[in-house]
Amino acid sequence: MKIKTSAIIISASVIGLLSTSIAAQTIKVGIATEPYPPFSVPDASGNYTGWEIDIAKAICVQAKLDCEIVATAWDGIIPALLSKKIDVVAASLSITADRKRVIDFSDKYYQSGASIIGSKKASFGSTPTELDNKVIGLQAASIHVKFAKKYYPNATIKEYQSQDEANQDLYSGRIDATQADALTLESFLNSEQGKNCCDLKGMAVNDEALLGEGIGFGLRKGNAELKNQLNDAIQAIRQNGVYEQVSQSYFSFNIYGE
Amino acid sequence: MFIDYQSMSVWELLAFNAPGWGGTLLKGLALSLEIAILGFLIGLLIGIFGALGKLSKNIISRDLWACYTTAVRAIPELVLILLIYFALPSALNALLNAIGLEEIEINAFIAGVLVISFVQGAYATEVIRSAMMAIPTGQIEAAQAFAMPKFKILYRISLPAMLPHALPGLSNLWLIATKDTALLAVVGFTELTLAARQAAGSTKEQLLFLSVAGLLYFIISLLSDVFFKYLIRRANKGQMHG
Amino acid sequence: MDNTPSTPTSLVAKKAPQVFRPLTWFMPHRIILIGLAIYLISLLINNLNWYWIDEYQDDILMGLWRTLVLLVTTFVTGFILAIPIGLVQVTGPKYLARLAQSFCSVIRGTPLLLQIWLIYYGIGSIFPEIEWLRDSFLWPYLTDAWPYAFLALTLSVAAYEGEIMRGAFAGVPKGELEAAKAFGMPPFKILTRIWLPRAIQRSLPVIGGEVILQLKATPLVATITLIDTYAVFSKIRQETYIVYEPLLFMTAIYLVLAGIIALMFNRLEKKNEAH
Repeated sequence: MKIKTSAIIISASVIGLLSTSIAAQTIKVGIATEPYPPFSVPDASGNYTGWEIDIAKAICVQAKLDCEIVATAWDGIIPALLSKKIDVVAASLSITADRKRVIDFSDKYYQSGASIIGSKKASFGSTPTELDNKVIGLQAASIHVKFAKKYYPNATIKEYQSQDEANQDLYSGRIDATQADALTLESFLNSEQGKNCCDLKGMAVNDEALLGEGIGFGLRKGNAELKNQLNDAIQAIRQNGVYEQVSQSYFSFNIYGE
Repeated sequence: MFIDYQSMSVWELLAFNAPGWGGTLLKGLALSLEIAILGFLIGLLIGIFGALGKLSKNIISRDLWACYTTAVRAIPELVLILLIYFALPSALNALLNAIGLEEIEINAFIAGVLVISFVQGAYATEVIRSAMMAIPTGQIEAAQAFAMPKFKILYRISLPAMLPHALPGLSNLWLIATKDTALLAVVGFTELTLAARQAAGSTKEQLLFLSVAGLLYFIISLLSDVFFKYLIRRANKGQMHG
Repeated sequence: MDNTPSTPTSLVAKKAPQVFRPLTWFMPHRIILIGLAIYLISLLINNLNWYWIDEYQDDILMGLWRTLVLLVTTFVTGFILAIPIGLVQVTGPKYLARLAQSFCSVIRGTPLLLQIWLIYYGIGSIFPEIEWLRDSFLWPYLTDAWPYAFLALTLSVAAYEGEIMRGAFAGVPKGELEAAKAFGMPPFKILTRIWLPRAIQRSLPVIGGEVILQLKATPLVATITLIDTYAVFSKIRQETYIVYEPLLFMTAIYLVLAGIIALMFNRLEKKNEAH
């Protein structure tokens, strides 16, 4: 008898525990846990700040959605989207044909090229031939890995879990160069470490098929309602000046592109 | 907008309140310990069932539990974490959809606890099983002669008797649980190791924060050592040692 | 790491060695279970998409090779280091024993992942402050991730196996050592001829378990850019966005590797049966 009652109590509490996590109607906006200045940087109190966070919040307000910012590891962010742990990806995800096969994208909310930075002590340009035999560090699961496979076949590629770690190894001297989004690399070059170690070597070849047509919010396929809400909100904040307002405190130029 | 970490001294960096990262590290530690404790206890429960299952006369039960323990001991924890964290919720929800029930979402904390307890359960099964095999059979037979119901034999005789034999193995398992929580950093769960990496990444003070995190883990292992030594001493009171 | 007691202090009689009798082993429920497993696996093989295996064949083999090389080299080196660490805690001068003891404590008390990061990023962060480092002959070794992974894993093996060897050395029956001494054997000869072999023989089952644990620890090097089996499948998952299949395939590979190691050690134990 005792076993039965305790079994009932245990199973009831387990169900109770699980049901407290039944999906409510908030939209989970996924960002990456790794620092990616100036778009998303964690601070000591566990809050994330940055341009992307501000824009995401502004869009949520505009679209009258109840958003909750959830941080996930970068290399698990698309699986997290697909397994419904998050509903939107706001982690500087480039819109590429490859990704479009699996997920859907909203319209772009900014666009930026890819630049290459390297050690101050070495002088080389950013053309593919000049990068031969160099050690290039890249963020795993980013568009730059595919790009590097195609354009820098003679270079050694090292993949890191975050761009931040690639920058760290560039600073330590373990790699010769790294390629990433121009804006985030610029932020690194302006930091203490970046100023001392590295400088800009140039922009990467602009291959839109590989580098994407801008940065958009990642969505699950078949989520047309949310997609339209986000697209309308993006357009709205560009028109009513909120986009510019937010960008002013981070960038001195227009990062939306054409 | 951005905090100048380079000019801060070590103590400022480790301060409890922002912009110092000390508070975040301690919060991460608390989370790690929470998951480790829950995972350890649930794993212990699974282990007791598993040990009984493996020692039972029922061959099917023995085989099934053997599959479980072999699988867990052969598959890397990182892979298990990925499977349970990503694949399990999807599979579960697909199943629920097929039955027609609402989908549930498993938050990161529960997923972490599930992973740790799943792994702990397999190891605990082995530890408790070998501890139970060390109980003199005479004691069990005497209890059976008294017509004690099986469940009563379990919690009155078997469990207390196997405790002294199991404790060293269990103390080891506890340490494994605390260290396995570090692997949850790979799925982006902000326990101590990830918090330390975030701190190191934001402030560029790699050596400082990683060492502090290591120190915190080490203190936990020392304290656990003392605690378990005390438990072992108490459990061994009155035990015959050949 | 798992240290199940290898010699239970029980009154239960030792079980007779299990002989594999095929006809009686394949009991009805086992046949059903195996049949079910084969059916499930064939379902998986037919219905999920495995096209990517062709494309990534070379990468997978390379990753597998790296995992095996890492496992074997770190375990062998770590074990060689573990012998003096364990030995000195049983015999040697108190201060050396304390040193070995604290080494084992620290390494076993902190997560391996943290140790790997500490060694790779922590040491890496002080490079720019040492000017002459880049031109020295050490530089090529310091830029590659391999030496760091090797160091971290070897230290880990040395600490865990050191603990085990300590117990093993202490557990060798004193009588055998005293007999050797009575024969006038010099101490080093006693060590290599009697103490060490006996200690290893006693702890063979546990060491087998430890090798498997070490196999399971190798995926962690993926976090410092070393492409091992786990890293290859991570890459496949990230490039193709397929969620389950690479995970399942990787699980199967590790299961097979662990099985091979377990069988190998089983063989070794049978050959070195204690009388």
